Amino acid sequence: MHIIVPIKQVPQSSDVKMDPVTGTMIRSARSSVLNPLDLYALEAALHLKDEHGAQVTVVTMGPPSAVQILKEALSMGADRAVHLTDRLFGGGDTYATSYVLSRAIEKIGSFDLVITGERATDGDTAQVGPGIASWLDLALATYVSAIEEVADGHLIAERLIEEGYQRVRVSLPALLTVVKEIAIPRLPTLRGKKRAMGKEIETWDAEAIAADRTKIGLKGSPTRVVQIETPKVARSALIYHADGDEATVQACDHLLDFLQERNLLAEVHHG
Amino acid sequence: MAEVWTIAEASGGTLKEVSFELLARGRSLADELGVPLASVVLTDEIEEAELQRLASYGADIIYAERDPRLAPFTVASHAAFLTALVTRHAPQIILAAATTSGRTLLPYLAVKLGCGLTADCTALAIEEGTGNLLQIRPAIGGNIMATIKSPDHRPQMATIRPRSTPLPSPDHARRATIIPIAVTDDFHDPVQVLSLRPFGDQSSSIENAAIVVSGGKGLKKRDNFTLIEDLAAALGGAVGASRDAVDRGWASYPHQVGLSGKTISPELYVAVGISGAIQHLAGIKTAKTIVAINRDSEANILALADIAIIGDLFAIIPVLLRRLEERRTIE
Ligand SMILES: Cc1cc2nc3c(=O)[nH]c(=O)nc-3n(C[C@H](O)[C@H](O)[C@H](O)COP(=O)(O)OP(=O)(O)OC[C@H]3O[C@@H](n4cnc5c(N)ncnc54)[C@H](O)[C@@H]3O)c2cc1C
Ligand SMILES: Nc1ncnc2c1ncn2[C@@H]1O[C@H](COP(=O)(O)O)[C@@H](O)[C@H]1O
Repeated sequence: MHIIVPIKQVPQSSDVKMDPVTGTMIRSARSSVLNPLDLYALEAALHLKDEHGAQVTVVTMGPPSAVQILKEALSMGADRAVHLTDRLFGGGDTYATSYVLSRAIEKIGSFDLVITGERATDGDTAQVGPGIASWLDLALATYVSAIEEVADGHLIAERLIEEGYQRVRVSLPALLTVVKEIAIPRLPTLRGKKRAMGKEIETWDAEAIAADRTKIGLKGSPTRVVQIETPKVARSALIYHADGDEATVQACDHLLDFLQERNLLAEVHHG
Repeated sequence: MAEVWTIAEASGGTLKEVSFELLARGRSLADELGVPLASVVLTDEIEEAELQRLASYGADIIYAERDPRLAPFTVASHAAFLTALVTRHAPQIILAAATTSGRTLLPYLAVKLGCGLTADCTALAIEEGTGNLLQIRPAIGGNIMATIKSPDHRPQMATIRPRSTPLPSPDHARRATIIPIAVTDDFHDPVQVLSLRPFGDQSSSIENAAIVVSGGKGLKKRDNFTLIEDLAAALGGAVGASRDAVDRGWASYPHQVGLSGKTISPELYVAVGISGAIQHLAGIKTAKTIVAINRDSEANILALADIAIIGDLFAIIPVLLRRLEERRTIE
């Protein structure tokens, strides 16, 4: 079995704090990390590798610094890494990005599964996975929370949807987007890191994947970002201190009054 | 005149509420552009009277297809019908809900149609002069709002966050023309739905709940989490949790709110013993009213809260429950 995992480099959010006055984000460092939700995709692939034996290829489209996340993936256990980098790719929206990734996946070739993260934490669109499936006409299952069974030519998976867990039978080759529940990501090991150092990362540009120039980068993107605003959160909380019994009762009453005023106690079905 | 379309969602013969929210959005766009508003329904079985509810919320035209292969939702079959329908009628705008189905179908369809798509919009407008659709969405965990357009491609496509649109009162006298889609091509969907295991308890579906009461690490242990369940029940809401609470097994993953859980927009969000890490706040930025109960007067959650009680949750929640109960008995 051959599994391809597209992974993305995103700005780190873990040590980001909120500015209490403006309600906006303060980024302490402009460091970049592997999209945390892609760790689950990678782990799902590595788990299948452990169970059934599989070749795992990771691929990213991004600037030169993105080799970092490919190395991380190799040290976790991926077998092969492909870096798609070209100034022509810059500024691509999800249409252009999914096109470039689909061209690369086609070139990598002979795969059974593509597993992506549910969404990237920066763009936050969750569109690239389904987009790749559409370019390549792959069977598509999104929000996968478990892979139950992999057999010849198909797999059985569980999807987390609004109504509950849905079981699906998916013909291969397929693309899955996965949610956090699918796996607990492993940490890179020292041995893995050493092994990764010996591995070559392949670098491909637009020509290498024979990309249609009208479909890549900013030029190939149907959408345009025309404005970015940092909304000031106007909320400044009414604060009540619950020190002691009396103050607690008063604070609770203030809260209930507040909710009643906003009609938030109205619809309660009371048993 | 190129139409504005909304993609309705239905299950078990009943339209889902998001279908009407989309029409409320679509109606004002269609009015501004002076074009008809159509709703597309792809499902297995649905009565005519149920379909006409789309008219009462603003649809002028209803494109309906009833085919056993269309329910439950799978992407390839829905996309096959829609691609044919779009090619035939060339709408200028398509809106769908940012649900698990909408967020699967639209990106797949956008690639098939060679069009742009904006995810998870919270506001829409028509640009003066050009008539382009301005699509406004939160990004980077809700810390920025981006305005996006697709000037040179049609249809312009967007998914709309559920519960971000107030429902107008329906006009039951309105009627729409129902047009069968009748695309008869034979297709095979490589994904087959086998079964559904519904959530055990009603409180699981936090994305549709008007009220969500969430607990975090401040609850200290699993047994205490019943306080959250009790408060949720008393307020008529669903139970949510921070990642720390989920990781400790106090609540299951479908309850997790935030970056690696769910993004929700309830009328009321109550955060109990939750510090309000940036990753948690990412999931609740668009909640209408936020209440915090926390003993730390410096907690991050206060940056986003409308009202807060600072103190020990173990002292506060029982009193809150009692006072709520007393209020109700007096009424
Ligand atoms: C990539 C990534 C993704 C993440 N995704 C998510 C996500 O989706 N959702 C999420 O929630 N987190 C997420 N996190 C984790 C996040 O950073 C925080 O660790 C987490 O939200 C903290 O949970 P908490 O507020 O329950 O716990 P804490 O931060 O420990 O806060 C507990 C709070 O309870 C209060 N408290 C304690 N005792 C009492 C008491 N007796 N009475 C009143 N108040 C009390 C404390 O003052 C404190 O504010 C993510 C992190 C990363 C790095
Ligand atoms: N530039 C990229 N390179 C590789 N994979 C990507 C890239 N952008 C997105 N992806 C994949 O698509 C998923 C969804 O991303 P998004 O649609 O941007 O939210 C991510 O979790 C990745 O698996």
